[in-house]
Amino acid sequence: MSKLTPVLSANWDEKDSFTIEGYKRNGGYNAVAKALTMEPDAVIAMIKDSGLRGRGGAGFPTGSKWGFIPQGDNKEHYLVVNADESEPGTCKDMPLLLANPHVLIEGIIIGSYAIRANHAFIYLRGEVVHVFRRVQQAIEDAYKAGLLGKNIGGKGFDLELTLHAGAGAYICGEETALLDSLEGFRGQPRLRPPFPAIAGLYAKPTVVNNVESIASVPAIINNGVEWFQAMGTEKSKGFTLYSLSGHVNNPGQFEAPLGITLRELLELAGGVRTGHKLKFWTPGGSSTPMFTDEHLDIPLDYEGVSAAGSMLGTKALQIFDETTCVIRATLRWCEFYKHESCGKCTPCREGTWWLVQMLQDLEDGKGTEADLTKLLDLCDNIAGRSFCALADGAVAPIISSLKYFRDEYLEHQRNGGCPFDPVASTIFKTVGA
Amino acid sequence: MNFSLDQLKIMDSIIARYPRSRSAVMPLLHYVQALDGYVTPRGIEKISELLNISTAEVTAVSSFYTQYRTEPAGEYHVGVCINTLCAVMGGDEIYKSLEDHLGIKNHETTADGRVSIERIECNAACDYAPVVMVNWEFYDNQTPQSVKDLVDSARAGKPTAPTRGPKTLRTWKQNSEVLAGLSDGLANEGVSAGEASLLGLKIAKGGK
Repeated sequence: MSKLTPVLSANWDEKDSFTIEGYKRNGGYNAVAKALTMEPDAVIAMIKDSGLRGRGGAGFPTGSKWGFIPQGDNKEHYLVVNADESEPGTCKDMPLLLANPHVLIEGIIIGSYAIRANHAFIYLRGEVVHVFRRVQQAIEDAYKAGLLGKNIGGKGFDLELTLHAGAGAYICGEETALLDSLEGFRGQPRLRPPFPAIAGLYAKPTVVNNVESIASVPAIINNGVEWFQAMGTEKSKGFTLYSLSGHVNNPGQFEAPLGITLRELLELAGGVRTGHKLKFWTPGGSSTPMFTDEHLDIPLDYEGVSAAGSMLGTKALQIFDETTCVIRATLRWCEFYKHESCGKCTPCREGTWWLVQMLQDLEDGKGTEADLTKLLDLCDNIAGRSFCALADGAVAPIISSLKYFRDEYLEHQRNGGCPFDPVASTIFKTVGA
Repeated sequence: MNFSLDQLKIMDSIIARYPRSRSAVMPLLHYVQALDGYVTPRGIEKISELLNISTAEVTAVSSFYTQYRTEPAGEYHVGVCINTLCAVMGGDEIYKSLEDHLGIKNHETTADGRVSIERIECNAACDYAPVVMVNWEFYDNQTPQSVKDLVDSARAGKPTAPTRGPKTLRTWKQNSEVLAGLSDGLANEGVSAGEASLLGLKIAKGGK
């Protein structure tokens, strides 16, 4: 028996899994019916008790986030779903929405009911047109079925749901930048406090949740807290999507209890590319410090990864074998952060430009060992000195690659250039094939 | 040239989706791109008028987001992922061979107006690397040769279909209209999920 626990992905192999008929055939929208018979506070309590934590990276308890919304304040409340999946390596929410958009909509109805919101939004990254079509169709069908709109299920609950396309800005995955973007501004993070629970969208109490977090709610309502808690580890409960990509024989999505290890996942993915060995990997996207083959048995839950010096992040496991130059990889990530820096904070806006220049020189074999110290000093002046975590993400691959592969940086200097053949890392048999 | 009454009605319907009108600036910009192929001065002026904000504010938003263009895209806009994972897996080779094949550089368009190219960042399909997007549709597991064939088919007016998307590739303007929230009725076309998305599920069902 494998450790896998397909819940969100359980019906993806059905041809019409993305339709309302396909979803209902598998018990879809039963959780809404059940939740609407509960008191909203009881729904919040149930999600709190389940131990569900945010699946978008930070791991904040979802039920607690809902509980922060002030009640009886005579203000509009909003639920905003962060579907701006853009963290390098992260590829779970897009296949989920392509194959099963209704599970998100069901979670949105329940979440909105719990926090007393009558308007919810899905902020979907703009570069995925077919995902947009699927979600849009699902919303339209949910309206037709009386699951959205006025007096849902005859229970007196009203909910409007608006789908909103982004336009290619990684920073809008940061929740306050997302809110600015949704309000029609440049997507730049806000100073906190106030937190979105007090002053979010249009300065009203707002919950921002990741797609996978909200999509996990219907299963908890249907199956109960104990069922959910039976999966996972002490402080990281439940199932989640792990995405394996890169130099593995069979990349893909694996839904498993929190706490599975890379060694176990690699076995399911057919191992590292045949004839090669693991060199480095990210546990949860490029913003999470990289690991090496020393870390194969770390439990991939919030605590386990954190204790080993990284973060669970989005569970985007990018695998690189020994043909990959770690400086090339780090430089390319750094170029990404430079491109995506919104420009609001000086350390990030200016710092990422300097980091790219230094890394380019190091990749070209220029500089001396003293430059590595300078590089780390630069990182120290960037991380933690900006409004949001983008700057922290930018330095994570640099600091961690220097920690584990310092000698490779020096080897570039001794060699007067990069000793790696970039063609060897490709998956093509020969160039041009 | 003015926008037609039908087009203005659509713009009003986009604004009506939001509790506050300014939130409509992004879908309106997508809609202008659907009509004009890029964010045109007349589009900026119209949005400014409709939302009662200055043209400078509309431009400030437009210039922040990479999907909004200051000049026309090709009918088929080809994005090659060059973020680390795709680059390492072959994205760099694909991009270079594409530039050589078309004789154009990043952000340029072929003389026939059919194909434009762009180096793009991670597009959330890493388990299908190397990834190429055409008009923001998924083309999975690409090679230098498959992308050359793809752009040749597009220039011949019969583009290869996306891997996970509609049966027929729509134009860049048509897909911009979808992003403005106007349905083209193609949601039911294409697969539920690709092979890589189903891998864990298959193993779980096989009981291995």
